[in-house]
Amino acid sequence: MSEIFGYPIPVILGQLMLGLVNGSFYAMLSLGLAVIFGLLGVVNFAHGAFYMLGAFAALIGLETFGVNYWFALVLSPLVVGIFGIILERLLLRHLYKLDPLYGLLLTFGLALIFEGVMRDQFGSGGQGYPVPDALQGSFNLGFMILPIYRAWVIVASITVCLVTWFVIERTRLGATLRAATENPKLVQAFGINVPLMVMLTYGAGIALAALAGVLSAPVIQVSPLMGSSLVVVVFAVVVIGGMGSILGAIVSGLALGMVEGFTKVIYPEASNIVVFVIMAIVLVLRPAGLFGRE
Amino acid sequence: MRRSLFLFYVVLVIAGLAAPWLDIYPVYLMTLYSFAIFACAFNLLLGFGGMLSFGHAAYFGLGAYLTSWMVTSQHWDTIPAILVGMLAAMLAGIVIGLLAIRRSGIYFAMITLALGQLVYFVCLQAPFTGGENGIQGVARGTLLGLVSLRNDIAMYYFVFGLLVAVFLAIRRIVASPFGQVLKAIRENEPRAVSLGYDVDRYKLLVFILSATLAGLAGSLKALVLGFATLTDVLQGTSGEVILMTLLGGAGTFLGPVVGAGIVVTLQDTLSDRVGSWVTVIIGAIFVICVLAFRRGVVGEFQAWLDRRRARA
Repeated sequence: MSEIFGYPIPVILGQLMLGLVNGSFYAMLSLGLAVIFGLLGVVNFAHGAFYMLGAFAALIGLETFGVNYWFALVLSPLVVGIFGIILERLLLRHLYKLDPLYGLLLTFGLALIFEGVMRDQFGSGGQGYPVPDALQGSFNLGFMILPIYRAWVIVASITVCLVTWFVIERTRLGATLRAATENPKLVQAFGINVPLMVMLTYGAGIALAALAGVLSAPVIQVSPLMGSSLVVVVFAVVVIGGMGSILGAIVSGLALGMVEGFTKVIYPEASNIVVFVIMAIVLVLRPAGLFGRE
Repeated sequence: MRRSLFLFYVVLVIAGLAAPWLDIYPVYLMTLYSFAIFACAFNLLLGFGGMLSFGHAAYFGLGAYLTSWMVTSQHWDTIPAILVGMLAAMLAGIVIGLLAIRRSGIYFAMITLALGQLVYFVCLQAPFTGGENGIQGVARGTLLGLVSLRNDIAMYYFVFGLLVAVFLAIRRIVASPFGQVLKAIRENEPRAVSLGYDVDRYKLLVFILSATLAGLAGSLKALVLGFATLTDVLQGTSGEVILMTLLGGAGTFLGPVVGAGIVVTLQDTLSDRVGSWVTVIIGAIFVICVLAFRRGVVGEFQAWLDRRRARA
């Protein structure tokens, strides 16, 4: 048996693999969005832009300062995360008491600014980022060829996602964080510096997006516009998964990536829209999202 | 309506009627009016209904595409072609509205954004939209066979008349019992539910109205400039209409018109000189608006007038 529904298995597996790679990025981004929303009540529209900045930080690091991939994996999220923290202190902080829609609008404006600046500096076209030496080549699994870098992206992102989940759901720090989400005043009364925690959480969420950006740099073209289309899909993922759940964000991200990959095999024209169609169906059947509570 | 306000409106209308005889490029004004209609339609939803749609370019774009297609491929005349564009926007508004009103607040924004992107991809791939090229060479036709709209002056009065009509219609809608219930829902939805109002029906209706008028704006823009392209359905266009409304003043009547004027003028004067910095400037205005200027130009002006009156 080498075909399913008339499509050769290696083709299906190849696309599912690509879908899983995209799904890892969806998972990391929606995870960051969920964490930020939980604590700050801000839907970070600039998340895609930070993802793009993460990829560019790696690219610029490599070309200008000779920073290799492995250092970029650490440095780029750090730099972009600190940048995010500065923005939180300067701008976002003033909006916490207002309608969350203002946060959405402000970060939308920020996304436009970042995109515009990068487009002015680097043009709209994409630039390649070389796959690091250690991750070149591919495994031959017998039934399919698996490029090592793609396997690495999937393993690395799932690990990062699970670690984040563990920290939030299973550690003391995470418990404090969740408590601050429920009732910041009370947590503050226990002597915990909530504004500092909010600031660091925002930084961490941004760093996750930047990390996804670095991971994606060798598999896609690094371009100023790479974030703006992604963020819309990630929003749909978040609506499907329900923003309240960390695990929900991870699972829906990965699953939807694979659904997208599978659609590329059976009906390529719909691969761009399948996530939105699923979102519409979920809205009809379970308006609160698959993992959400109303 | 207070007498001073009425007089102010009269002055505005006279200025609008006189504009083509002054030395102003009529196509620029007509583009501005099309976007002003778009922003007024958007404001009906955001300012009076309290719903932030992040995908309004979908209706604008559908209006533009359908009208252009009816004119170029089906050789329909202007008015019926515009009606088809509005109908398409209305149908999209019904479907998307039904889905989006199932959630509120930021979820509503995210859902409309995602479904707007869906419409974009459909337009990108549909056979009749001309893909990346769009539909070019859209002739303006006639006004019911009586007046040729190829003439810029005739077209100008047609678009201006529609802007005035939409403006008055929105004033009327907001003042009606329907508009009052809408305001009640915006202020306190649970309360409106407990008073026995079918909240979802009101929300859906205002959503459809807004989408239909956005479609009209798109149709007019396509006729004025003679083309419909993917830019019309793009996420960026949804952002622009939000900015126009926010900058002018959401929930004020004249705000969206002022906002459209500022944004269209900015783009018109800046795009040749600064290239991709236009995006940066628009983003920066967004940030400033949200941080320091949440009532918008007209809103702040009204607040200032109120403060002065209170002191006097």
